[in-house]
Order: sequence, then structure tokens, then C-alpha cells
Amino acid sequence: MSTAHGNYYLPNPSPWPIIISFGLFFLALGAVLTINSLGAGPWLMLVGTAIVAYIIARWFGQVIGESEGGIYNKQVDRSFRWGMAWFIFSEVMFFAAFFGALFYVRQFSVPWIGETELLWPGFDAAWPTAGPKGPMAITPDTVAGANQFSPMGAWGIPAINTLILLSSGATVTWAHWGLLKDNRAQLITGLFLTIALGIIFLALQIYEYIHAYTELGLTLKAGVYGATFFMLTGFHGFHVTLGVIMLTVILGRSLKGHFRSDHHFGFEAVAWYWHFVDVVWLFLFIFVYWL
Amino acid sequence: MATATAHHGAHPTGISRWLFTTNHKDIGTLYLWLALILFFVGGAMALVIRAELFEPGMQIVDPHFFNQMTTMHALIMVFGVVMPAFVGFANWQIPMMIGAPDMALPRMNNWSFWILPFAFVLLSSTLFMQDQGGAPSAGWTLYPPLTIQGGIGTDFAILSIHMLGISSVLGAINVIATILNMRAPGMTLMKMPLFVWTWLITAFLLLAVMPVFAGAVTMLLTDRHFGTSFFDAAGGGDPLLFQHIFWFFGHPEVYILILPAFGIVSQIIPTFARKPLFGYNSMVYATASIAFLSFVVWAHHMFTVGLPLAGELFFMYATMLIAVPTGVKVFNWITTMWRGSMTFETPMLFAVAFVFLFTIGGLSGLMLAIVPADFQYHDTYFVVAHFHYVLVSGAIFAILGGAYYWLPKWTGHMYNETLGKWHFWLTVIGFNIAFFPQHFLGLAGMPRRIPDYALQFTEFNQWSTVGAFLLGFAQLLFLYLVVQTIRSGKKASTQVWDGAKGLEWTLPSPPPYHTFATAPKVK
Repeated sequence: MSTAHGNYYLPNPSPWPIIISFGLFFLALGAVLTINSLGAGPWLMLVGTAIVAYIIARWFGQVIGESEGGIYNKQVDRSFRWGMAWFIFSEVMFFAAFFGALFYVRQFSVPWIGETELLWPGFDAAWPTAGPKGPMAITPDTVAGANQFSPMGAWGIPAINTLILLSSGATVTWAHWGLLKDNRAQLITGLFLTIALGIIFLALQIYEYIHAYTELGLTLKAGVYGATFFMLTGFHGFHVTLGVIMLTVILGRSLKGHFRSDHHFGFEAVAWYWHFVDVVWLFLFIFVYWL
Repeated sequence: MATATAHHGAHPTGISRWLFTTNHKDIGTLYLWLALILFFVGGAMALVIRAELFEPGMQIVDPHFFNQMTTMHALIMVFGVVMPAFVGFANWQIPMMIGAPDMALPRMNNWSFWILPFAFVLLSSTLFMQDQGGAPSAGWTLYPPLTIQGGIGTDFAILSIHMLGISSVLGAINVIATILNMRAPGMTLMKMPLFVWTWLITAFLLLAVMPVFAGAVTMLLTDRHFGTSFFDAAGGGDPLLFQHIFWFFGHPEVYILILPAFGIVSQIIPTFARKPLFGYNSMVYATASIAFLSFVVWAHHMFTVGLPLAGELFFMYATMLIAVPTGVKVFNWITTMWRGSMTFETPMLFAVAFVFLFTIGGLSGLMLAIVPADFQYHDTYFVVAHFHYVLVSGAIFAILGGAYYWLPKWTGHMYNETLGKWHFWLTVIGFNIAFFPQHFLGLAGMPRRIPDYALQFTEFNQWSTVGAFLLGFAQLLFLYLVVQTIRSGKKASTQVWDGAKGLEWTLPSPPPYHTFATAPKVK
């Protein structure tokens, strides 16, 4: 539990939190104006994003400097561990909301819409569906005509992507073993492979989206199937992107000689995060693509 | 260790002290002032509502503005007053109660606070956009399809909710990391003051449900602007889906608003009864049980939407089950007072009123849990009366009581006891005149969130308005009292209250800027 308090590092006053809050404010305000097609929206978003990105870089830079400077003791390390673990838990709950929506429409709302002939006569309440007024669902992975959409099949790109992400989970663990044995070459190779696999995953995902929009008639507007498909896979893809950025930072730090076999929370936090996006993908593969 | 030592000398002054601070006491003060300011903003909105309802017919505001007031009053009171006030208490008290030098992640702590003023600027700015539809007006529950049709104010509300969510998640992470990692040697989990326990559980609830809320409002946003069909039956979605997700967040949320209040009251009552808290272990287990049950009762807010019978029954019984751990708590508070050598300083008055009035709110909640009865009560003033008994005489009374209890410790000055008692009695009388008649109005069928009513409801509404104004203006006395305590007031001793137990009372009043740099030994 709690050990020597005297050495717990308490940071000096910091300008980063208030400045990044300004950035968030511009980002949010810009987003509202942009979606309502009002003048300065995109510019405000740009300014907000720039501020947020800059402060994240400075803030993390300072933390990395403090960590490498050796002023964090074991207790500070534990605070970071608890912090990251519970942050990932909150992310899990964010995805849970969208999975909950998917299960609810599949189990309840779609069957209920099909139950009565009075409201939507002739509606076939079978999944996948874009609802009574949406485009008709046809066989997966076939070119869709007007007012049709084709759901995404599981055994093409999504299956390959599953293999890619699972392999990347293995490579990041292999990199961790390298770090634990002070084998820097293994650490750097493992990280490099993980990042490469992550980028291939994202590239395939982008290809899949283009395919969906141009040939399958599968868009965000394709009823509740399109909505759940793109929101779930889209937020996942966003998290993979964040993970790749985080891994790249860790790779850069490894190249600079950061981390020791007994002091590398930054690496572990990113590895946890990477396993988290991996697990979310498995659920996506099963419930969005496959079943 | 050079930097750590330098830090202990660092005590910036002026505005930058507050903007850049990494000190838990400063951040606690910021949270508490924000909550107090927004308490008056949200309270003014409540008085607009009550002024309009003083007489039947339309007098003061148009119905659309009335809807904006009911929506904004709730959003501000929930996210701007009760939650920040509790985080303020957590910041001040948790490190001092567990013998920690500060919160676990001090820079992030500052960030959790500073997101809030920006979020409320974003949310409140909509009041000045009346030509574009004004503030969000579909109720704080944001139900579609009404929210899908709302103006730009709804988008402002959604984005500000995202910011509030970030703030809450970061704050909760900090609280958990602090409690799990920063306790003084010997301060085992089952020796922690109950306020710390309730906050540990509250932080878990926040982490579990704030992201779900963020997900729900994100779906609203994409339905509004990007053509998704989550809540549109024509695309295979369902407006009820929103209600399910919202209340999966919303019910744990109401416990987020009350569990820290339980904690504060559990600190105050033993002090003024001069007895240890009765049934400490059962208090901890009851808090955990309430938190667990809060995840499986959400649809009791939706009994009239046409749930399947099995659903109605499950959610009815699960809801009633909450009365058991809550009953344990009320029993323990009363038993703590039993044969105590009691005195009734202002914090104790608020705590005792809390036990009485919160229990009334709990019992009306039990009535609402009964499905067939709820068919009659749903969306009437009975519901309004119920949740104001748990949120005003529950959460707010605990906050006020807690403020009187710890203000001498924080400021080093005693508050004026006579004025404190005046504030208590005006508040408790005003509150009951405002909200007790609303039970009758609701039972007689007056719907909530409607700016006009049938003639026969006039008299109770007039009582309610008079009470609301008394309650509202009595709070100016509190503001005066707080300022007076900070600026003058008799010097407070270290112990402050002769029956008070715990680490914070071993520190001088006011405590030095940094406390427990060396951990105390807890036996």
C-alpha cells in the first residue's frame, strides 16, 4: 500500500491545464458552428486542435522529462497505473453504449417495428436492416443498386484485419519481453512491427469504407445498420489511430534510449491501450461483422 | 528530490495562483466557488419558473422560454452545482482525511476543474441566442424526437456535456488513484472516514456512466446532423433506445449526486452526537449495494413507455430493493444519535434535517417504484416533489451542512452561529413550503414542465412560489455568511468541534498550504 510519502513528487503550478481547456473550448465551439454551417466554425476547430495538440506534446514532454530525470518513485508510478487502468475502463464503457445500442435495435426495436402490420406494412424485420424507410438489404459484399445496401461480410477484409490486430498484440508483447531483458533491438523491432500492423489495419479499414460508400451503398445514412456499423467501427478506428500515435511516441523514446527494465510505465500504458483496442475489435468482429 | 523540495516553497500569488495551481486546497476552493456561483444562476432560473407558476395563465415568460428555464435549471444544478460542490469537498477533504500530501495527479486535478467554466460558458451562451432558438428546451433528459428538432442550443448542450464528461472522468480517476494509492500507513480501507468511502464508490460510478452519457449524446448529434437513425423508427431505430441509454447513465448519476452527501452526513452526525458512527461496516456495504443496484433499475424512469410486463416487474422489484440498504443507512444515522450527548450547531441541524427530509424523498421514491401507482404519478409534480426532496433536502442540505462543518477548518475562522441558525431555519421552512404542496399537486394530476395549469391548482402553486422565493433569498444569507467567515470571524481552534475525530482535525485551522508532506501514523 502506501509507502514513504516524503518522496511523492508534487508538480509545480502548471500552465498546461488552463491552456488546453481553451483549446477544448475552441474545438467544441468550432464543432457546433461547423455542423450548423456557420462561418468561422472550421477555423475555430483548427485553432482548437492546434492548441490541444501543442499542449499535449508539451505536457507529455514535461512528464517524460520528469520520469527520465528519475524523480518519480514507485508510489507515483502506481498513481499513473491506477489512472491509466481506470481511464481504459471509462473507454470500455463508452464503447458499451454503442454495443448496447446495437443489441437493443437487433433484439427489440427492429422486431417490434415488424410486429404490427398497421405501422409499416410489408416490413421484413430481419437483420441486417436499414428500417422500413431505408434502403433494402441485399446479400453481403455485392454491388448495390439504387435504394439498396449491401452489408459488410465478415470473412474478407474484416477477418484479415482480425489476424492483423491479434498479431500486433503478440508483437507488442514480444517488444515488452525485449525491454524486460534489456534487449533493445527486440524492443524496437517489436514496436516497429506493431506500428506497421496498426497502419496496415487502418489502411484496410479505409479501403473497406471507400468500398462501402462507392459500391455497397453502405453509408452512415443506411438506417440503423449503417449507423451502428460506422459509429462502432469508426470510433474503434479512431482509437487505433490514437494507439498508433502513442506507439510511435514510445518507439521514438525507445530509440532515444528511454525506459529501463524496471521503469517503463509509459510503455506499459500504451501496451494496455493497444490490447484494449484489440479486444474491442474482437467484439466488433463477432457482433458487427459476423453474427 | 530537488524539484520536490522546490515545490514546497512554491506558493504563487495573484491570479496565476488560481489558474495554474496544482494544490488540492486551491482546486477545492475553485470548485466550491464555481458551485456557489452557479447555485445562484440555477436558483434564479428556478425562481423564473416559480414566478410564472404563481398564477394560472401566462404572465411573465413565453412557453418556449419557460422550457429553456426548466432544462437549464436542471442541467446547471446537476452538473454545475451538486457535482462540482462534491468534487470541491473531495479535493479539500480526501487528502487531509487519509493523510496524503495532495491528490495523486495534481496537474490533471487542475485540468478537471478548468474544463468546467468553459463548458458552462458554452452551455449558458445559448440563453443569448434567442433568435436561433435559444437554450436547450427539451428537458435535461434530452429525449428525442424533441431534441432532434431543437435548435443550435441543443448542439451547444451536447458539446458542453462532452466537456463536462471529460472533467468528471478525469476527476474520478484522480479520486480513485488518491484513495487507493495515497493513504497514510495504517489507514486501511476499513478505517477510512465514510466520506472517503462514499467518494471511492461515487468515482467508480462516474467512470462507469459518464462515458455512456457521452455516447448517448453523440448519437443524438449524429442523428441531428449526420443522417444516422439511432432514434428514428423509419430507419430501424427507436426513440426509446435513447431513454434506455440515458437512464443507464441517469440512475447511477442520481446516486453520484447523493452518495457523497451520505458521506458528509456520516461525518457530521457522530461529531455532534459525540459517539462513533453506528454500524460503520454496514454503512460501507450499504453504499456499495446502492451503487451496484443503481445499474439495474434504470427503466423505473420509463414505466409508462410500454415496456414488456417482465421488464416492468423486474425494474419494480429491483428498485424496491434499494430501500433495504438505504434503510440500513437511515437506521444507522438515527442509532448514532440514540443516547448521544447531542448539540445542535448549524452543521448538525442540516444533517438532522437531511435524515428527516431525505427519508421523505426516499419514501415517495418507493411510491413511484410501484408500477401501477407510477402510471398515475408519472411526469406529474409528485415526481418533481420527490426528486427535490432527495436533491435539495438531500444533496444540497448535506453540502450546506458540510460547508458549515469544515469552513472553520478551511478558513481558520468560526462562522456566525446565530446567522447560521437563521440560514438553516429559513432554508428548511422555505424548502418545505415550496415542495411539500407539490406532492398534492402531482397526486391531483398537475403535469410537470408545463407553464400553465388548471384553476384548482392555484392555491398550492402560490404556496410553492412563496416558499421557493423564501428558500432562494435565504441563500443570500449563506453567501454573506461565507464571505464574513473568510474575512473576519473568531479564530477557530485546531479541534474546532469537541466531538470531531479524524486526521483533518489534527491540522491547524487553517491548515498550511501543504499538509502531510510526511505521512502521519494511523493506529
